[in-house]
Amino acid sequence: MNFLNQHILSFLLFSPFVGIVLLLLIPNGQERLMHRVAFLASLIPFALSLFLWSCFPETGPLNQGSLESPFSLNEVVPWIPSMGIFYRIGVDGVSLLLVLLTTFLMPIVFVASWTSIGRRVREYYLAFLFLEVGLIGVFIAVDLFLFYLFWELVLIPMYLIIGIWGGERRIYAAIKFVLYTMVGSLLMLAAVIYLYFAAGHSFNFVDLMKISLPVVAQKWLFGAFVLAFAIKVPLFPFHTWLPDAHVEAPTGGSVILAGLLLKMGTYGLFRLGFPLFPEAMAALTPLLITLSVIGILYGALVAMVQTDIKKLVAFSSVSHMGFVVLGLAATSTIASSGAVLQMINHGLSTGALFLLVGMLYERRHTRRIADFGGLAKIMPVYTTLFLIVALSSIGLPGTNGFIGEFLILIGSFKNHPVATGLSTLGVIFAAVYLLWMVQRVFLGPVTHEENNGLSDLSKREIGLLLPIIILIFAIGFYPAPLLKKIEPAVKRWMEMKQGVVHPRVVQ
Amino acid sequence: MFDKFIGVIPLVPLLPLIGAAINGFVSFRGWRPARSFVHAVACGSIGISFLITLGAFFHFVGLPPEAREMTLTLWPWIYLGAVHADVAFLIDPLSLTMMLVISGVGSVIHIYATGYMAHDKDYPRFFAYLNLFCFAMLLLVMGSNLFMMFIGWEGVGLCSYLLIGFWYEHKPNAAAGMKAFVVNRIGDWGFLIGVLLLFWTLFQLGHPTVTFTEIREQAPLLVGHAWGGVAVVTLVCLFLFVGATGKSAQIPLYVWLPDAMAGPTPVSALIHAATMVTAGVYMIARLNFLFSLSPVAQTVITTVGFSTALFAATIGFAQNDIKKVLAYSTVSQLGFMFGAMGVMAYTAGIFHLVTHAFFKACLFLGSGSVIHGMSGEQDMRKMGGLKKYMPKTFLTFILATLAIAGIFPFAGFFSKDEILWKTFSAGYYFQWILGVVAALGTAIYMFRLIGMTFLGNLHEETGGEKPHHPHESPASMTIPLMILAGLSIVGGFLGFPESLGRLFGLHHSNLIEGWLSPLFHHGVEEGGELGVPIAEYLLMFFSLAVAVGGSYIGYLFYTTRRDIPEKIVARIRPLYQVVVNKYYVDEIYDAIFVKNLLRLNQGMNLFDQKVIDGLVNASGLVVRIFSWISGFLDKYLVDGLVNLVAEATLASGRNLRKIQTGRIQNYLYVAVGGLVVAILYKFL
Repeated sequence: MNFLNQHILSFLLFSPFVGIVLLLLIPNGQERLMHRVAFLASLIPFALSLFLWSCFPETGPLNQGSLESPFSLNEVVPWIPSMGIFYRIGVDGVSLLLVLLTTFLMPIVFVASWTSIGRRVREYYLAFLFLEVGLIGVFIAVDLFLFYLFWELVLIPMYLIIGIWGGERRIYAAIKFVLYTMVGSLLMLAAVIYLYFAAGHSFNFVDLMKISLPVVAQKWLFGAFVLAFAIKVPLFPFHTWLPDAHVEAPTGGSVILAGLLLKMGTYGLFRLGFPLFPEAMAALTPLLITLSVIGILYGALVAMVQTDIKKLVAFSSVSHMGFVVLGLAATSTIASSGAVLQMINHGLSTGALFLLVGMLYERRHTRRIADFGGLAKIMPVYTTLFLIVALSSIGLPGTNGFIGEFLILIGSFKNHPVATGLSTLGVIFAAVYLLWMVQRVFLGPVTHEENNGLSDLSKREIGLLLPIIILIFAIGFYPAPLLKKIEPAVKRWMEMKQGVVHPRVVQ
Repeated sequence: MFDKFIGVIPLVPLLPLIGAAINGFVSFRGWRPARSFVHAVACGSIGISFLITLGAFFHFVGLPPEAREMTLTLWPWIYLGAVHADVAFLIDPLSLTMMLVISGVGSVIHIYATGYMAHDKDYPRFFAYLNLFCFAMLLLVMGSNLFMMFIGWEGVGLCSYLLIGFWYEHKPNAAAGMKAFVVNRIGDWGFLIGVLLLFWTLFQLGHPTVTFTEIREQAPLLVGHAWGGVAVVTLVCLFLFVGATGKSAQIPLYVWLPDAMAGPTPVSALIHAATMVTAGVYMIARLNFLFSLSPVAQTVITTVGFSTALFAATIGFAQNDIKKVLAYSTVSQLGFMFGAMGVMAYTAGIFHLVTHAFFKACLFLGSGSVIHGMSGEQDMRKMGGLKKYMPKTFLTFILATLAIAGIFPFAGFFSKDEILWKTFSAGYYFQWILGVVAALGTAIYMFRLIGMTFLGNLHEETGGEKPHHPHESPASMTIPLMILAGLSIVGGFLGFPESLGRLFGLHHSNLIEGWLSPLFHHGVEEGGELGVPIAEYLLMFFSLAVAVGGSYIGYLFYTTRRDIPEKIVARIRPLYQVVVNKYYVDEIYDAIFVKNLLRLNQGMNLFDQKVIDGLVNASGLVVRIFSWISGFLDKYLVDGLVNLVAEATLASGRNLRKIQTGRIQNYLYVAVGGLVVAILYKFL
């Protein structure tokens, strides 16, 4: 047990391989078995991450890691020591929650895929399991080389998922997704190499935090990193790959894309973009805040006139992720903690929205709002769950969305009152686009004869949504367990950098 | 003996929540249990809440005034940096008053709804929503901090949305629900900004807090702080007031309330008359220590309040839908309450809130009884003479009408008169005139309503439809009516003016003032009116005269002398058209905001596809063109050169091969030819 305790992160990181191996052992034609095995195997990483939660040191910044590193449960193994490349992993409160979100969403996505994926089942799950390794890796890497490796690793399975199991324009969407992201990644690679030499041949995050760079160099590096992350988030105006990717991706792909891949961008901003380059950050904050406010409003306004439900949800993501960037850029512990919480919230509620849209698509093979109307009468259970998730996305108090959004707003208001005031309008627009969609899809009389026969949700579908619904309310009424993990980590990470270079007033 | 009730106060909001959960689950699973099960759960939960509140109330009455405040903390909610908020309840005379109204009137309306909704197939869902509303509304008034209040604030908005659109299969209902939610959200935006501004200003002063009792202590420090040249406290109050105009349907955000009448009538009575729409008034009373610091905000609030009172009253004249008349009347009465808040007559405002809850709930339920009896008809032009068919409804309705019109000694007289007197004595004469005219209007349009529905004769011509057979409603509906009518009669005596009390040798006759005013000790109400309050008597008499006069005019015009209003209308037809169409405010909003917003969004969508994504695709295209060109160059230039060398070698080889024919004769020819050339070259 002690061995497991010490190496829990490595076990977790590689645990999806259990599923990979098992899937490879199943003979062709046994699709049913593959579905079952994939689901059961995806529970292993989830169980391990719950275990990780339990052995994660309790609150208090000092308990988290040593003074030398703010990360706990560190594991360091030399990999290519001559080049200063180490297999170096660790977690703090922020990465812990993102890992948990990853392993939580995977089994749900797998159950959701039982009926919707009929061909190349084995490959489908393999892609997702590799994706899971990459995602966990991104969140627990404490070494820039490793981080970059996992960052790129995530791309390939997603490319396949969109390109093989996607909709009609899947090839266009998949290529757009990959190329767009690659542009950012390459710039980041250049910056990574520069940093490696600047830090004296080290990729260690903690070493990188200690170097102090000339402001001009900082600006270039910051620009490269932020561009890579901004594309991933996506921040306005780098968002146009997102609607295409979402519309074409299969349901599971959309859930993971919105729920987790976008979080890589904001996680990157939090972990690397902002703390490594404080002066550049200070100089470019107004630009970032402006872009995030534009993103919030723009995404919401464009979402209002979408005719495809999935595209509407995609644009709502642009708006919501704008809030997260606003929170991260506002240089305030409250706002940044809110932003981290909002990453989790967005993963839950937007993930659930995509799941719900997928369920409707499976029944009716259309996602056009105009093809529906009056569904509340035909599918009351579906309608109820959809409304709950939509309200969480709107940020109604009592749901998780409120806590995150509210903390972001209250934290950002102090230093950026006008930007915050404007982005609060996004909260109004969110109510408009989601409730208007609800009204046209669910309320009113049944306008299309072919909708009359639609079946309501099955037990399996209710079962896979229920964990998310429970979390929506649990976080809404009792966010303390999450905030207790997030706040010390955020505070420590921000203070680390200040202590070294530049004392910034942090509230 | 009542102290036991204090400990169980968390049950007051919790019970309706449990009730909502039970009925909600029943409805979610599609079960169809006996109706008695559903309403036993729903009415039982809110009824017990009422009893607990009553117990706590009696306990508090027994305490000395300064001890009537306590905070019950349940669990820590948000603790992050400077932000501290608990899930906690603040129990004091103000919240207890509101809780009594919500759970008391709420219980009565729940009982009424068992009759009114008896034939609805979604019976459990209705009661689940109704209970959920009570939970959220109780949270709103019981919360000990701004965040808790905000949960309730948005929660009641959600329930309002769900209940307005309860009959969602009917398209206008769904649209009305959405309109209500969105307009409320616009108000909430202001509320949120106000909270943020308040929080950070207090942070700068060293004590960031969102808890009411702590804000009260900090409030005096806010004086003198400015933000962009304007006193912070004024900004905070004005932003908070924006929130109040949304929730409490004041100019310019009142437009959702008349549409909200699409919901079932018990909902109109409970949410859109008695409780939810008064949330803004409650919020100002709760934060009176802030509003008292800003004369600017006070002037704005009282002006908006009385303007709304008059504006909505004029629209009430020209409506023919019985519920719409009552809706505009609610907007108007809420205006009176805000008028009171603006002149720091907080007790008077809350007093009017309470009496209004009684008589307006009674009026709405009465109208529901009429609609029920007329098989769903809401157009007053098709009614008349119902007095004969529905005597109980008529009796209760007329009592509540006398109350709202402000006839002595019914409830509305005392509360409305108090507001007008406080406004006058505070020196807001212009606003006072608006209020008096609005009061006159109220009396007229209410008696117009009585005249058109209950008096005269039933209109037999129904335009080809089957004639109506009006009938009295069942006891489950008439008994609640009687309770509320009774309260409309006696409710006013809670606030029996001191000046009148003295005539009867009573001291502290104004019970509600004695109960509430310790909370509002900054208010003007302390000013002891010593001596003989001649002015107050005169104004009292004046407003009574206005009420009686208006009632008589309304009665006359719409019973025996129907020709008079017709003549007046004929003379001012264009103006009348404007009023009938509610001053075209909805159309103006639609043209300015809704249409332009949609146009903007379409434009942005196009921009997104053509420009932003266009740029992305264009850069993709540029790369492709480049790669095509380089491919071309590669193929024909770079590779061409390589191939050229190869080709040249091959070609030369091919051509050279020709000379290697392997025939000895050829070689000899070449050798001899070469020799000849060499010799010729040598010798020439």
